[in-house]
Amino acid sequence: MSAAAPSKAGLFDCRDSFAATIEALAESDSRIVTVVSDSVGSSKLGGFKKKFPERMVNVGIAEQTLVAVGAGLANGGKVPFVSAASCFITGRALEQVKADIAYSNVNVKLIGQSSGVAYGELGPTHHSIEDLAWLRLFNNLKLIVPADPWQTAEAIKAAAAYDGPVFVRVSRMAVPALERPEGAVFEIGKAETLVEGTDATIIANGTMVHRAVAAAKTLAAEGISARVVNMATVNPLDEAVIAAAAETGAIVTVEEHSVRGGLGGAVAEVVISTNPVPMRILGFPGFVPTGSAAWLFDNFGLNETGIAEAVRQTIARKK
Amino acid sequence: MPSPAAPLKNDLVGDIAAQALWIRRRSFQMVYEAQQGHPGGDFSATDVLATLYFGVMRYDPKNPRDPKRDRFVMSKGHCTGAFYSVLARAGYFPEADLSTYMEPLSKLNGHPNRNYLPGVETNTGPLGHGLPVALGIAIAGQIDNADFRTFVLTGDGELQEGSNWEAALTGGHRKLENLTLIIDRNRLQQGARTEETASLDPLDDKWRAFGWHVEVVDGHDHAKLLEVLSASPKGRGKPLCVIANTFKGKGVSFMHDNVAWHHGVPTKEQYEQAMRELV
Repeated sequence: MSAAAPSKAGLFDCRDSFAATIEALAESDSRIVTVVSDSVGSSKLGGFKKKFPERMVNVGIAEQTLVAVGAGLANGGKVPFVSAASCFITGRALEQVKADIAYSNVNVKLIGQSSGVAYGELGPTHHSIEDLAWLRLFNNLKLIVPADPWQTAEAIKAAAAYDGPVFVRVSRMAVPALERPEGAVFEIGKAETLVEGTDATIIANGTMVHRAVAAAKTLAAEGISARVVNMATVNPLDEAVIAAAAETGAIVTVEEHSVRGGLGGAVAEVVISTNPVPMRILGFPGFVPTGSAAWLFDNFGLNETGIAEAVRQTIARKK
Repeated sequence: MPSPAAPLKNDLVGDIAAQALWIRRRSFQMVYEAQQGHPGGDFSATDVLATLYFGVMRYDPKNPRDPKRDRFVMSKGHCTGAFYSVLARAGYFPEADLSTYMEPLSKLNGHPNRNYLPGVETNTGPLGHGLPVALGIAIAGQIDNADFRTFVLTGDGELQEGSNWEAALTGGHRKLENLTLIIDRNRLQQGARTEETASLDPLDDKWRAFGWHVEVVDGHDHAKLLEVLSASPKGRGKPLCVIANTFKGKGVSFMHDNVAWHHGVPTKEQYEQAMRELV
């Protein structure tokens, strides 16, 4: 399976990785189809459409039907990958995701594209910083937020191999390939520890993981040992890793999402019922003002500096 | 795959009528015993359901997920009295299970769950969900050039949900002749007449404008329902919309066309009177 090429300066658009992976999977599994709502280009599925024109279903700009058609295709024996902007496939079609996909427990893969604040200046109507909070309520829906191109490809492969409903949140923000040990594997529900540490743990996912790694390096130079955990699966959570994180005595979560109900909320639910320690949840407070995605990250402290400072402050709250 | 309960061909219509009578009696007993349900809509939909399951569809209740089966999607998922009765009668589960309707831990929830009961294709209850899912099933059949048919029954008030019209567009666009929508046109929604709430007429013109072939029939006429639903869709080049003109509460005098019976439940005296009439 060909990996997507870096765009510039070693940075990747994870949508390319999604598209290359789904095309490769479709070559060997004739059950795989894609479903879009006029979202071919924004999902980078032009190549899939060219190779498998009869296996792409475009329902037009109609997200409720988009998601429901996915459920119907699964009933007809297909493995549908339903792909649209994350803000619309979740918010616009939330009841279809609930009733037709999750509660019906069908083998459908929902792909939320250009998630978080990727659409920057287009504003909160097009941001998707509520999606994880909404979807986390459907207990049987697997939620994966890959951090880089390799993990995006592995998440898509794992979603295809799993018999049941999955949501994969794909970013269009340029991210670097993370450094991992040889032979690293991705498994739904398993977190990966990217940096070992004992004074605090940063739990991040998606576009925030490489920033968390950078923050840990800054802190290490000050003699602060910060662990970095990539919690790519938000449902089910890797509770063992969270319990271990609590042993460092301080936890900071970082996500390209609202501070309400996302990764931070999920981690907090585990921490308060196991080993309560000082915690800080980094993310967006709610609807954000006008600004590019890069400006929004900096403005809300979702960068190396902001994460490092949050870790210092949280360590200071240890008793 | 013949319908398992198929009788001698020379009295198919008579058998459907007998099944419909059984379904009305059994579903009303369920509602009476549970003191919950939607009996008015059960009765308006009963003849369509009986015709589909005992005269039209191909299925094997012992192999409920057979890829070749005809599919039926119960979009008006609140009418489980009739739906569960027909599934039990068709052999998907024991008729005795109907007595557990709405009880704690029963597989017979107020709205159908495919993970509890064989024969249920998708979980419905919220309105406007069935047609878009049925559309997806029909598209799967179209991609594979399979010969199974997909039927979906909606209420009429339900058509006020916009999701139906999204699906109507794509159904017409893709010329899905393997897809049949049946509208239970009883003209009553929960609180009032459809035409006094958000009017649907001219309903046939709307579906034609979306690229569907439309048949308007008496939804209690088994022979007519059998004729339009069993006609081969091959070569029609359009999805089929059957507007079944029905009456809420059909079959019981005091329930007939009476909005109070949307989710009304009978007293002992009403139940006994209904059973005297349903013969």
